[in-house]
Amino acid sequence: MARIECPECGHTEETTGLVTVCPECSTDLRNVMEEVGHRRGRMREIAHDDSMTTHEFIVRTKDLHKIYIMGEVEVPALRGVEINIRRGEYLSIMGPSGSGKSTLFNMVGGLDKPTKGTCFIEEVDMAQLDAFELAWLRCRKIGYIFQTFNLIPVMTALENVTLPMIFAGMSSDEMMDRGALLLDLVGLGDRLHHKPFELSGGQQQRVAVARALANNPAIVLADEPTGNLDLQTGKEIIDLLKELNEESGVTIISATHDLKMIDVSDRVVHIRDGEVERVENRADLDLDVGTLGSDEKPELDEGE
Amino acid sequence: MIKSELARKMYKSETDWGEVQRQVTLSWGQAGSIAYRNVTMRLGRALITAAGVVLGIAFLTSVWTANVAQEGIMEYEATSATAVAAEEAALAPGAEEAEAEERARAARQAWLVIMSLLVSAVGITNSMLMSVTERFREIGTMKCLGALDEFIVRLFLIESAVLGLLGSLLGALVGHGIMMLVYMIRQAGVAAMMDWGQMLIYLAIALAIGTVLSLVAAVPPAVRAARMPPAAALATEI
Ligand SMILES: Nc1ncnc2c1ncn2[C@@H]1O[C@H](COP(=O)(O)OP(=O)(O)O)[C@@H](O)[C@H]1O
Ligand SMILES: [Mg+2]
Repeated sequence: MARIECPECGHTEETTGLVTVCPECSTDLRNVMEEVGHRRGRMREIAHDDSMTTHEFIVRTKDLHKIYIMGEVEVPALRGVEINIRRGEYLSIMGPSGSGKSTLFNMVGGLDKPTKGTCFIEEVDMAQLDAFELAWLRCRKIGYIFQTFNLIPVMTALENVTLPMIFAGMSSDEMMDRGALLLDLVGLGDRLHHKPFELSGGQQQRVAVARALANNPAIVLADEPTGNLDLQTGKEIIDLLKELNEESGVTIISATHDLKMIDVSDRVVHIRDGEVERVENRADLDLDVGTLGSDEKPELDEGE
Repeated sequence: MIKSELARKMYKSETDWGEVQRQVTLSWGQAGSIAYRNVTMRLGRALITAAGVVLGIAFLTSVWTANVAQEGIMEYEATSATAVAAEEAALAPGAEEAEAEERARAARQAWLVIMSLLVSAVGITNSMLMSVTERFREIGTMKCLGALDEFIVRLFLIESAVLGLLGSLLGALVGHGIMMLVYMIRQAGVAAMMDWGQMLIYLAIALAIGTVLSLVAAVPPAVRAARMPPAAALATEI
């Protein structure tokens, strides 16, 4: 605990490092906190006050920029993206191919570093985490689902699902039980010992969903989870994700240009050329669901 | 689709996590068991990747086998032909010639050993580079699941040592086998003339060279791959 003083309004606060903005005037207090011995934005101690551990936004990005350098050319993939993602919501990131969806996915998931700007998870600035903390976050708090499934080819479905549990240091028995239950949950209870190549695309993606849930993550990130699947199988994966979202309260962030995603999303963030074009809420979506379809169709044609 | 009750029991998103903690590195034992499975599960694929090791070590052992066989034959001829020895001694210029020829042969053998060592080094380096780069995506995936850089390096070091040993064993078998065949055709009963103690030492050295070189050659690509940001590792297309 440390007493810090807001440089703007003079409000003083006992803080464990959880609160990073002044409760009075919302000034960013992280620099002050750093001076008094907190690492910037890092939660140093576990807060006992429940209200302090939960923030309105589970993910927040601020002026997020990513520039890829290809030889002499600079490719701006993200240009000042600001999104606030609420706990427990199903958020779709829509945009044509090349609009920066995967890049944003990588930044939010701690898989790459932004060129400029910051990404907060639970108000923790990801740029301030070291390799061990990032690995912990990836292991425990985020589940990843990819377009290409990315299962480990030599491992069975069960071994794939239990791998993150090995990294989390779970005991062997617990791991096997939990892995089998998770596979049962996604409808693959009878495919525990199949290798990825013995499974269909849809089944492989189900294994990937089970794997993403291995350590009870707070967030599931999916990058075009239906991109390599046919219409019907894609729909099943979307429904599965939606059910998980509703049942367990896990926040789902899915990059997609699959229009079927719109139906299940609480909000849709449209991005184009690395910028947020517009954000639609569930309520708006229900209202102009007719116009949306025609709006989006040209994007579908640019599909990967 | 989802059995709701099961979902509730099994899976509850853990949104309160307090402090960000530090991931712990898995032990060598845990890395070893995963590495062992990786190698044995794709043995065929692994041995194709390890072709450089197999060829290099086959070359080296074939040279050494030829060496031992040649010496065995010469020894045999020298002892069985004591009767002719006197005659040979009389022809002094001939003996000198034989000595010069022997020196040339030794030089040629040394040259061959050096060449085969070079071939092994190049082949093994290439093999290990391949074995890491063909699995960038897998490395990226494992990092997403919570693997630390150290774990990735350990995994590949163990795998390359195992692969190096297996490749060397196969290479030694092939190289030794082929050379033995060649000499058996050239000289009947050559096996009985050979110094098998020496041969075994050579085989052991070849195995050690193959394994150690594999291990050493795997370090730079493994470290480089482990340090890649997961996004970059995942993006590589092989
Ligand atoms: N590793 C990379 N190197 C260079 N340019 C990249 C890289 N990844 C993505 N880009 C570029 O960044 C832009 C956004 O890409 P991406 O995020 O993959 O879009 P999306 O996922 O929406 O299709 C594209 O112009 C793409 O060419
Ligand atoms: Mg993409």
